[in-house]
Amino acid sequence: MSKKTLFDKVWDAHVVDTIENGPQVLYIDKHLIHEVTSPQAFNELEDRGIPVFRPEQIVATADHNTPTQNQDQPIKDELSRKQLEQLSINCEKNNITLYQLGHKYNGIVHVMAPELGFTQPGMTMVCGDSHTSTHGAFGTIAFGIGTSQVAQVFASQCLLLTKPKSLRVSVNGKLKAGVLPKDVILYIISKLGTNSGTGYFCEYAGNVFEEMSMEGRMTVCNMSIEMGARGGMIAPDQTTFDYVEGREFAPKGEDFDKKVAYWKTLPTDEGATFDQEYFLDAADIEPMITYGTNPGMGIKITENIPTEDNASFKKSLEYMNFKAGESLINKPINFVFIGSCTNSRIEDFRVAANYIKGKQKADNVTAWLVPGSKQVEAQIIEEGLKDVFDAAGFELRQPGCSACLAMNDDKIPQGEYCVSTSNRNFEGRQGQGSRTILASPLVAAATAIAGKIIDVTQEIEELELV
Amino acid sequence: MEKFTTLQSRAIPLQIENVDTDQIIPARFLKATDKKGFGDNVFRDWRYKKDGSVNAEFALNNDNYSGTILVAGDNFGCGSSREHAAWALTGYGFKVVVSSFFADIFKGNALNNGLLPVQVSEGFLKELLNTIENNPETEIIVNLDAQIISVENSNVSEAFEIDSYKKTCMINGYDDIDYLLSKKTEIEAFENATSI
Repeated sequence: MSKKTLFDKVWDAHVVDTIENGPQVLYIDKHLIHEVTSPQAFNELEDRGIPVFRPEQIVATADHNTPTQNQDQPIKDELSRKQLEQLSINCEKNNITLYQLGHKYNGIVHVMAPELGFTQPGMTMVCGDSHTSTHGAFGTIAFGIGTSQVAQVFASQCLLLTKPKSLRVSVNGKLKAGVLPKDVILYIISKLGTNSGTGYFCEYAGNVFEEMSMEGRMTVCNMSIEMGARGGMIAPDQTTFDYVEGREFAPKGEDFDKKVAYWKTLPTDEGATFDQEYFLDAADIEPMITYGTNPGMGIKITENIPTEDNASFKKSLEYMNFKAGESLINKPINFVFIGSCTNSRIEDFRVAANYIKGKQKADNVTAWLVPGSKQVEAQIIEEGLKDVFDAAGFELRQPGCSACLAMNDDKIPQGEYCVSTSNRNFEGRQGQGSRTILASPLVAAATAIAGKIIDVTQEIEELELV
Repeated sequence: MEKFTTLQSRAIPLQIENVDTDQIIPARFLKATDKKGFGDNVFRDWRYKKDGSVNAEFALNNDNYSGTILVAGDNFGCGSSREHAAWALTGYGFKVVVSSFFADIFKGNALNNGLLPVQVSEGFLKELLNTIENNPETEIIVNLDAQIISVENSNVSEAFEIDSYKKTCMINGYDDIDYLLSKKTEIEAFENATSI
């Protein structure tokens, strides 16, 4: 029997048909939708008189374009309000479960679906959002799709796809104290580049990922798309099964045991080959920050910005108002954002609270904490983290995508820097003219306290990290 | 979807690498629930200055350049899956984007909207960009059937790859929904045979 990768096993189990010399028809188990990339797909089906084929395999949430304050009141922005109303109408008409604004299960699509046990190992999952790669943390083939493809899945629960090539990134060794999953993925992208994964599906392997929590694995897989990979995956193991067990939509009792037996067969066979492999040393990773306008432009917080003689590199530094060769330590920062589908799970807020406890936010800083879901928000309150944040002068807001893409009112002003736990530092991503510096929740919390970028590695010895 | 066979047009050069979909169409313009009007805001924050005035230096605002072909730097369309980026480009009038590398999701979205992504070698891209900048009236010919991109009245040309299924779709104006619906029997058989 030929040796198969985790990706091969899941993919091959979902192939319905193959077009000669062409793509394959891949069955999609779960389809997540939100207000921004679904309306045109619903219109398309309606115009062509095509019904939604498997509404019970779809879950909808409102997240991209929602306010993070006063969610119980009508949304002021007319276009945003209409977009949410449209989602409600479409879901109702087509019998699709929707967790609308204010519902106890509402949240960022890539936070709420795993939380509810909707995401399970061995599945194929799609969503009209590139960070669908997040769900790969469960050993799931999960990837972002365009709106035409959303319509295809509505119509047939399938997609026409050419099987991507395989890539494995192994990170072994011991991580230094204060190095978080976000640093691991920012490090990987800085080493491999923003298009190194294009055309590939990436598996993350090695003891670093085996020892990571599900929250951490989701942070890593989330940013696979930032190196161009359509998706990232981590082999399911006991950590995965323990996370899934008992959740709302997870299989129960005997069903669960049967599933676990199947999930245990999914990890990559020993001796299976990949089209591309990279091996990285955990000991080389330190807390990371980005200095440019793509997520590959990252350095260790203690390093200086590199020098490159390239027009795009220069354009990027000019936008950021940074100089080649300079250090970012001591750069004054006025905005800090902890949130987004990358880092808005309970573990992220625990790390932040643990650092912040007993300290005070710098006066110059506006610090927004935006939980990934209503459930995370409730847990923040229950664990007493909100009290820590309130006492330190941080602002805990209501769940949503918020300042990650600034579709709502949570915008970073023109020219301002924001140390952000989100996933993209593109020009204007957090608001027109805003300048984003990507970092872990620990670095973001430390920045908010100091009012400037500091070398957290100096303090790490004293830190009791979660 | 509109059919695509051959196109001859002048081209607009965009000498920028890693053009992400947030630049093609910023998130604040994603609030519409139909596909109309995105062309007005394509490259919005590069076409207009902070004060709202037109940025005359940006290629799309340069009167020397025109046409329905966009020639851009490496790794075009990276970032978000928003198909609004493809709608913005087609809405503005583009029918072809040429680059030395395309991000996966963008490429699929473009093909699903009759916008042809033509991937060329880095050397050819450089030559093409230089040719257009030196003589903006140069016309580029994209022949999908032959899978050749060439510069008019010259021997400058290169072959390009495209998935044969997608090529058939582009030439005939088909989309994937028609094909998938024709597979309903197989899909239902798959569902019955698999316990998910």
